[in-house]
Amino acid sequence: MQMAWRLVRRWQVRVLKNEGTGLLLEFPLEHYRFETAGEASSKVKQVVRQLGVDAQTARRISVCAYEAELNAIIHAFGGRMKVRVFPDRTELEVTDEGPGIPDVEAAMREGFSTAPDNIRELGFGAGMGLPNMKRSADEFEIKSAPGAGTWIRMLVRY
Amino acid sequence: MLMSEVIKELELTVLADTGDMNMPVTGGYVSDLLSHVMGQAQAGQVWITMQGHQNIIAVASLVGLSAVVVAGGIEPEQQTIAKAKEQEVILCKTSLSVYEAAGRLYRLSL
Repeated sequence: MQMAWRLVRRWQVRVLKNEGTGLLLEFPLEHYRFETAGEASSKVKQVVRQLGVDAQTARRISVCAYEAELNAIIHAFGGRMKVRVFPDRTELEVTDEGPGIPDVEAAMREGFSTAPDNIRELGFGAGMGLPNMKRSADEFEIKSAPGAGTWIRMLVRY
Repeated sequence: MLMSEVIKELELTVLADTGDMNMPVTGGYVSDLLSHVMGQAQAGQVWITMQGHQNIIAVASLVGLSAVVVAGGIEPEQQTIAKAKEQEVILCKTSLSVYEAAGRLYRLSL
């Protein structure tokens, strides 16, 4: 736990509070900020690894964090990811102020994508983000409506 | 087989070598779609792609890949090389096509 604290202090990640034995981290996500895309996920992975989470589970947490992070960067006008790391589980909550998803059910299907061509050329927007999150998480919830942004909550147990 | 041996066998040009050259390579993965790599590639694999932008490094690091090989004569961007060094991901390039690079890697029977 001390090592994990040292990491988050060095990164100057916003630590909201120390909830019991868990850590609560917050990362801002900026629209089209591709140069730092994946950094929040990388930090989450390092923290959970430091706290003794096995590689396989850390990978699942990474997938959840990365896909949510990239979705917010590609589609939303900005947002934030809150990550709560507990001894037995990690919860990720991503909220954005994006355009919202008109048809969530369709968006959950593999291959469904609304990403523009310039984004697809970079290898994003394959329509795998939401399915990847759902598959990697033990619990997955999504709420979205046009004009109201998107809220996603994921839980990974270990 | 170690990454350093794979580099030799495939005649790869190393652009970033701060990663672990002694990591055992467990296989390969080929895709230009980042979410496929995130969802399906396995730790220790070599990823062959034609994407040369910096986001490939974040994916490689998160998945725990042994290296990224940018094939088809594509020149990875400078930021990609810088990020690879910083995140200790081995980054290579080759003028071989993706098909040829993957074929040679497969022939090594990893």
